[in-house]
Amino acid sequence: MKTIKEVGIVGYGAYVPRPRIPAKAIATTWGAADNGSLPVRQKSVPSLDEDTVTMSIEASRNAIERANINPQQIRAVWVGTESKPYAVKPSSTIVAEAIGATPAVSAADMEFACKAGSEAMQTAVAFVGSGMAEYALAIGMDAAQSKPGDALEYTAAAGGAAYIFGPAEDSLAIVEASYSHVTDTPDFFRRQHMHYPEHGHRFTGLPAYLSHTQEATQALMDLTSARPSDYDWAVFHQPNPKFPRRVAHTLGFTDKQILPGLVVDSIGNTYSGSSLLGLAAVFDIAKKGDRIFFCSYGSGAGSDAFSMVVNGDLVNVRDHAPTVRDYLSRSHVLNDYGQYLRHSRKIRLL
Amino acid sequence: MRNVGIVGIGQVPVAEHWDRSLRDLSAEAVISALHDAGDPNPGALYAGNMLAGELTGQENVATLIADATGLLPIEAIKIEAACAAGGAAIRAAYLAVASGAHDCAVAVGVEKMTDHFNDAVSSALATAADADYEAGHGVSFVALNALLMRRYMHEHRVKREDFAPFSVNAHRNAACNPHAMFMDEISVDDYMASPVVADPISILDSAAICDGAAALVLCALENEGTFPKPAVRLAASSCATDTLGLSERRDPLRWQAVADSASTAYKQAGIGPIDIDAFELHDAFTIVSALTLEACSFAEPGEGVRMATSDAIRREGSVPIATMGGLKGRGHPIGASGVYQAVEAVHQLRGTAGEAQIPDARTVMIQSVGGSGSVAVTHIFQT
Amino acid sequence: MQLPRYHRLRQSFYRLEGSRCENCEKAFFPPRKLCRECHSPDLGTYLFTGTGTLYSYSQMNQSPRGFANVGPYAVGMVRLDEGPLIMAQLTDVDGVDLRIGMPVEMVTRKIQENSAHGYIVYGYKFRPLLSNTTEALFSSPDAVATT
Repeated sequence: MKTIKEVGIVGYGAYVPRPRIPAKAIATTWGAADNGSLPVRQKSVPSLDEDTVTMSIEASRNAIERANINPQQIRAVWVGTESKPYAVKPSSTIVAEAIGATPAVSAADMEFACKAGSEAMQTAVAFVGSGMAEYALAIGMDAAQSKPGDALEYTAAAGGAAYIFGPAEDSLAIVEASYSHVTDTPDFFRRQHMHYPEHGHRFTGLPAYLSHTQEATQALMDLTSARPSDYDWAVFHQPNPKFPRRVAHTLGFTDKQILPGLVVDSIGNTYSGSSLLGLAAVFDIAKKGDRIFFCSYGSGAGSDAFSMVVNGDLVNVRDHAPTVRDYLSRSHVLNDYGQYLRHSRKIRLL
Repeated sequence: MRNVGIVGIGQVPVAEHWDRSLRDLSAEAVISALHDAGDPNPGALYAGNMLAGELTGQENVATLIADATGLLPIEAIKIEAACAAGGAAIRAAYLAVASGAHDCAVAVGVEKMTDHFNDAVSSALATAADADYEAGHGVSFVALNALLMRRYMHEHRVKREDFAPFSVNAHRNAACNPHAMFMDEISVDDYMASPVVADPISILDSAAICDGAAALVLCALENEGTFPKPAVRLAASSCATDTLGLSERRDPLRWQAVADSASTAYKQAGIGPIDIDAFELHDAFTIVSALTLEACSFAEPGEGVRMATSDAIRREGSVPIATMGGLKGRGHPIGASGVYQAVEAVHQLRGTAGEAQIPDARTVMIQSVGGSGSVAVTHIFQT
Repeated sequence: MQLPRYHRLRQSFYRLEGSRCENCEKAFFPPRKLCRECHSPDLGTYLFTGTGTLYSYSQMNQSPRGFANVGPYAVGMVRLDEGPLIMAQLTDVDGVDLRIGMPVEMVTRKIQENSAHGYIVYGYKFRPLLSNTTEALFSSPDAVATT
């Protein structure tokens, strides 16, 4: 899919909270063996006073710093998440108010499991590309919930990133083309009355994550007559360290291309924030002229693929806000599983 | 304005009065004061109280008291100035008599705090601060004072231990006061071992939650002969304010409302700090004692604590404070404290302070402070 | 905190929007309708940058009613770069040695979560300065403010 007006990313900002819980602490509580088979070493946990709204506000402020625009010029604020603080009441209005984008702004919260953030990106591209707006803000952010004792508890983390889309000229990176691949595939879901999601175990692999990511990537590359070797960097959705590496290799991307964009090894799976955070990590190191391939995945299921080329001197704006590395390196390790339970609000008074 | 004197005093012991209500406490204090004054017929009653609305669901407190003490249908009004409500009630009664509106007026302070759990009382006390920008951010009243104490320690290079004498002195004096809440003396070691509430403030830095009531009968001095006991003259009465929010002060460590109120009072009485024989200051926290001594010109900025460490504040010292326990030792039933201070000042000036007596006391200053130094009411009594 | 009251406060709570006197240019937080210095009523809105230094702090061992969910926490007074002092909770300070003078910055966090009707109150708090200029700040010998 291509836009009428050329669109680019004019600002980007990441956010990862400070607390961490080591996988070992989770394993010890549930009597799981710590024999090197735990998926990640540790994951990020929101502080007691953080949620998707507060994290989105900071990521957005970082993006505005780098974009160097007046927030009043932003015409849309879309928050893609599966951990909205309110089931009914948009998170995006609070974000819009906090960053000074109200009142001449469109706002909504989006849900498509882990690809809600890239849905917001796709919509922002369309908003700007159609000429309806000069700037639109897309956020992918989560404070992911997981059932205690479940395998996903090791990886369900918190964090994400925000992107401001605007005119391609003078942008940091131009969006060359995008493509969305969606089917009805119930690999992971949560009913309204359930606190924790259910997942389809091995069903989430081949028929879900792998197939949709591959199909979307292949389709976009066919449409743009591109090959993996045309790209300097590639970012995929990162539910665990294995899946993005596996799909990258299957598609023909190398480890070198995907490594800078892999954040899951450090902090786990930030769900709607995952691929967006990986992209921000790539922006933190990319140079003018670099081409970036991006493909998200969300359960339900679908993938959004984008082809981008770095247009501006990222190094000039990099230091205007904390980098992904800055956030990854600041950490406060929680002492024990009990503290983690309190932080992730799993303790209910009977 | 004509001269005013105090001809009757009454007080209930400060304690956790599980068996006495707001009504019981205030009635007892008022009846006791009226009796001390020979049972006159006051024309007005002013009731100092801060928390009855929030903690007892009772406003219209002055009417309640007038009703309970057989004083209907006199003028009766509740006076609120946060923790300075007691001092403010005295001021209202003073103005009523000084102006000629009434020949005899009652000032009563009452507070009933112990019917609630601590967190509810803490919330209620925070209404003295800025509701939106201080209490609304979860900053407790203790924390406001803790921020001041830490800053003071930083700017003036003093240690926590240097504040201990304020607490030790208060409890030493309280031990001589049968109406005091705390009758045991404490040591510096006790102070240093005391649990921290909001650092650096510990339990022994802070006045405790309690119940109490105290009352005065004021009359025009020209009529003092008609009362059984000689009047203690009200030589000064003054109230001043500063910003509600602590962070909006020009210098948070300089309590300007206290300074302004004190300097006006000195002028009214035609005296200076050197003439004060005893000072019942608002020692809700040890840091407040230090800041008050400085703002009232007893010490230079940063030297307030040294008045404590040098024992100047003891009964035998140059500026005795909290002579019958103060807010810390006798107790701090919020809206009543200012009136307890007056009752104790009168005892000192009548020579009836017992073991706590300051020899030859002729001039006693009392001061009630509301919020984090946002309103101050100062009175000077003389014989 | 009641809903309409919270709604009125949102600009100052979310973004540190205060006031500035058009006449004498003094900036204020919280916002005011009357200048404290020159008493002029001509006050416009002013957005503070949110950076400053820690003027004082205290770790509260008990949270007041309604704040238990995010507590216990530290509170502080911050000297904003533009001059005014501001009172707020401190955040991201677990395991951090607080000291007067340390550089801090404003972040928007949850202040209260169990208000009467169950809605969330968001507002400003301050955390130790985090930016990738932090290294440069601390490597300079005279960079740390002493007030």
